[in-house]
Amino acid sequence: MAHTFKVNGTTHSVDIDDDTPLLWALRDNLGLTGTKFGCGVAQCGACTVYLDGKPLRSCVTPVSAVAGAEITTIEAISGREAEAVQAAWTAGDVPQCGYCQSGQVMSAVALLKENKKPTDQDIDLAMNGNICRCATYARIRAAIHSAARSLEV
Amino acid sequence: MTAHDIALSRRALLAGAGALVIGLHLPEVARAQSARPAGGAAVLAPNAFVRVAADDTVTVLIKHIEFGQGPFTGLTTLVAEEMDADWGQMRAEHAPADVKLYANLLFGVQGTGGSSAIANSFEQMRKAGATARAMLVQAAAEAWKVPAGEITVEAGVLKHPTGKQGRFGEFAGAASKLPVPETVSLKQPANFRLIGREGAVKRLDSADKARGKAQFTIDIHTPGMLTVVVARPPRFGGKMASFDAAETLKVKGVVDVKPIGSGVAVYATGMWPAIKGREALKVSWDESAAEKRGSRELIAEYRALARTPGTVVGKHGDAEAVLAKADTVVEAEFVFPYLAHAPMEPLDGYLEWDGTQALARFGSQFQTTEHATIAAVLGLPQDKVRLETMLAGGSFGRRAQVSQHLAAELAMVAKAIGPNRPVKLVWTREDDLTGGYYRPLFLHKLRGAVKDGKIAAWTDSIVGQSFFLGTPFEAMVVKNGIDSTMVEGANELPYDIADFACEVHTAKVGVPTLWWRSVGHTHTAYAVECFVDELLQAAGLDPVAGRLAMMGKEPRAMGVLKAVAELAKWNGPNSVEGRARGVAVVESFGSFVAQIAEVSLGSDGEPKVHKVWCAVDCGVAVNPDVIRAQMEGGIGFGIGHALYGEITLDAGKPVQTNFDSYRSLRIHEMPAVEVTIIASTEKPTGVGEPGVPPIGPAVANALARLGQVRPRQLPMVGGTV
Amino acid sequence: MRPLLLASAAALALGLGGTALTFAQSAPQRRGPPLQDAASFSSIPNQQARSAALFGEIGKVLTHPRCMNCHPATERPRQTDARRLHQPVVVRGKDGHGAPGLECATCHGKQNYDPARMPGDGHWALAPASMAWEGKTLGQICLQLKDQSRNGGRDLAAIVKHVTTDTLVLWGWNPGPGREPAPGTNAQFGALMQAWADSGAACPAS
Repeated sequence: MAHTFKVNGTTHSVDIDDDTPLLWALRDNLGLTGTKFGCGVAQCGACTVYLDGKPLRSCVTPVSAVAGAEITTIEAISGREAEAVQAAWTAGDVPQCGYCQSGQVMSAVALLKENKKPTDQDIDLAMNGNICRCATYARIRAAIHSAARSLEV
Repeated sequence: MTAHDIALSRRALLAGAGALVIGLHLPEVARAQSARPAGGAAVLAPNAFVRVAADDTVTVLIKHIEFGQGPFTGLTTLVAEEMDADWGQMRAEHAPADVKLYANLLFGVQGTGGSSAIANSFEQMRKAGATARAMLVQAAAEAWKVPAGEITVEAGVLKHPTGKQGRFGEFAGAASKLPVPETVSLKQPANFRLIGREGAVKRLDSADKARGKAQFTIDIHTPGMLTVVVARPPRFGGKMASFDAAETLKVKGVVDVKPIGSGVAVYATGMWPAIKGREALKVSWDESAAEKRGSRELIAEYRALARTPGTVVGKHGDAEAVLAKADTVVEAEFVFPYLAHAPMEPLDGYLEWDGTQALARFGSQFQTTEHATIAAVLGLPQDKVRLETMLAGGSFGRRAQVSQHLAAELAMVAKAIGPNRPVKLVWTREDDLTGGYYRPLFLHKLRGAVKDGKIAAWTDSIVGQSFFLGTPFEAMVVKNGIDSTMVEGANELPYDIADFACEVHTAKVGVPTLWWRSVGHTHTAYAVECFVDELLQAAGLDPVAGRLAMMGKEPRAMGVLKAVAELAKWNGPNSVEGRARGVAVVESFGSFVAQIAEVSLGSDGEPKVHKVWCAVDCGVAVNPDVIRAQMEGGIGFGIGHALYGEITLDAGKPVQTNFDSYRSLRIHEMPAVEVTIIASTEKPTGVGEPGVPPIGPAVANALARLGQVRPRQLPMVGGTV
Repeated sequence: MRPLLLASAAALALGLGGTALTFAQSAPQRRGPPLQDAASFSSIPNQQARSAALFGEIGKVLTHPRCMNCHPATERPRQTDARRLHQPVVVRGKDGHGAPGLECATCHGKQNYDPARMPGDGHWALAPASMAWEGKTLGQICLQLKDQSRNGGRDLAAIVKHVTTDTLVLWGWNPGPGREPAPGTNAQFGALMQAWADSGAACPAS
């Protein structure tokens, strides 16, 4: 059936099965491929988007559950925190293969929106749902601290 | 076994493959493509690697796949150095598949592996850059009517003492009409401004990857494209007997179902209908030839085998005689599970063809053999098949396929549905983890004698699978029963031990296996570095000083061990406030890495690695920050698997199906890492793999100083057999 | 490390066989272990003994993984029938809904999503720390359950109503594929709770 939801400010209606994960609707129906598939069971965080501003694993969220909601993907994140995080990611050369980094950035920006000065433990608790098989974790941590510092100014 | 021998074995493998199946004429399609404008419209294309555009961008065609280890940045650095380019004008993109232009000079065919990207490209890419520079300088000299020798180049600007100056783009057109110089001189290392210079270079791919803009294979969408998943046998060696697709074809979005060699392919308009369609598929499998042994049974068989004489792969003196007479004999058995590579982007591939020519796009790691495989399956001449290498979301060895199974499956999927139906084949995480091609299960049985405060004798009996057995390459790589990748790091030690023997048993098991980041060193380093530490402890010697005293013949290994001890302010291994330190030093792929791990036992009983100090000697350090990143990543990858990683087979079936059971390192489990890079003028060697081997034994050796036994079976947490 | 090894082994065994979706489509909703009806305790003549015995039966539900996993003694819930620590690491947070950046609702929706074996409920959360059951005896859990300073100010009637109407409690009997439901039925459980309350809400000695 047709499912209607708002993605990055635009309302979309897609005719797909109710149980289709939002992830595949975004990627296959709307062509928004910045959001990645990594596990399909909410273990790796590569599929993270925002639902009404809060992080959401799109691989375990059926489109039937997001009717009328506002979805934001990596392609459209904006604001001071997003800019600070993405600048810190680039300056610190965080990514290796880069495949998980959309999800990492989405989680990091969400953390900084709620917590302007996260401790290492805050970072652990917010970010441990995002797996990076290249293990870029040390740089992720450093980049979040760096982004937080840049937001103080 | 030295890194040189590994390179040889891989070269033999790939060159053999080339000789077997690959016509070595230059494919016209690829030639045309390799000259394709890149970055801005290329005006100057002096060789296969460098493109200078009128907009002043310089694009480097990278013959190695970029899946995180940094060849885009590294090879571009080499070109930019010799061109005296400005880093900001540099771009990188993958070169097409073309063995004549883009062979790995260590392999003889185009391919990435063995941590060889920088090592084999170091001179080649510098010459490519120097050639471009010489032509630009000559063009400027002619335009300015001055001697070429009076022109200098700095940060992408050509200058003459008279004040004339210009950028590359202005002279690219004129330079393209000049003859390509046959010889060029390369810079003296003292004049390097990018190579080895801290902060001179940033990765070329970071910004896009931080913004979700990097394009991976799974992101490909083309008009009419079908997404394909394949139902494969639940046990290795099983075959499809029959299938019923009636329910599958009722799933909205499913387009077709076709049997292919590796199973049954479900074609759909997107990934979700493909997955749902496959779930609805009824397949009966013929498992008469399938491997039905589980990990438990295999370990028991390996254990028995290890107690019988094997094939001798290293021997000096008479270790057995010394052991027989020794007062102190230490024995240890180490068991290593199957491991999956589990790159974040699972295997995938895109292929379109019209019956007469084809375009394949995927994260190809062995372009030459994959190109040939696709052509062979489709029944097309190779010059009618184009292969574009895509960025890949990790590999760790998984995409370096001896069997060519992904390329073959991709082509079979395309062929089965017929021409003009573009396909994107995608493996799910479950497909990935249950799909085999694992790091083989291994067992080491070691015995050592300690006498007069020294290690007097050492024997190691190794049992495992060769991932070459049963492939067309078996005859080439496995000689006299010895597959060098099974014993590298164990059949020759960096330590002076008077009486030494190493034997190997090659078990025949129907589980497909494959090299996995650092190959044989994944298990030999753990067995050797744990056991040497155990013997030194038995001899009452310090782990660092005791090793150094036996390493006279290995100055570079000694160098990294001394450097890491200094970096960590080594003061012995013993526990201080619940934290102990362990050390290990390993040479792999020509690079030397030593690590010290500081470890405690958490309240949950799991080892907690707080800090790792790392010293690496990889010859000339081209991109110091990329080297640091690879050490950090290798350490994290190594800890994750030493602590948590295993694929267990139950009656032949993989038990772990996703990251909920194939536990992967998470951010709170990542230690702080401090890396020091040894200054060196030796030729550059790799860093993609060598960061991995030392960390497992370093952690184990720390645990031994916390009152634990060095874990005899990996993973340290959650072993099931 | 040995207990951990065994716990992990048990957890892994759950993953046996096929993908998540296979579970969803081929596995019928399982029933949990049996639970005795409240009526079967009526033969115990002593009211206090009967009441305590009823709570013993109630305890089969309270200590079942479906309930216990989210009444942890620490800040971290557990998961699976093997009661392993939740992966990824999630914590109670300031209101039982997780930490900033990784709240329960990041993964858990308003209802179960069976294709990924992802459980859900409208207010998926950890029980408050005052209601931690992990590591406690049944007698201690019983006293805690009745203690209005710890149970959210509920009297016995409110407790019975809570366990028979709260959607997250009811989820215990509809946990989705791959999880054993709580023992018996929620109706049986409600009747046991009512009979326990009616018989004086006595607690077992240990």
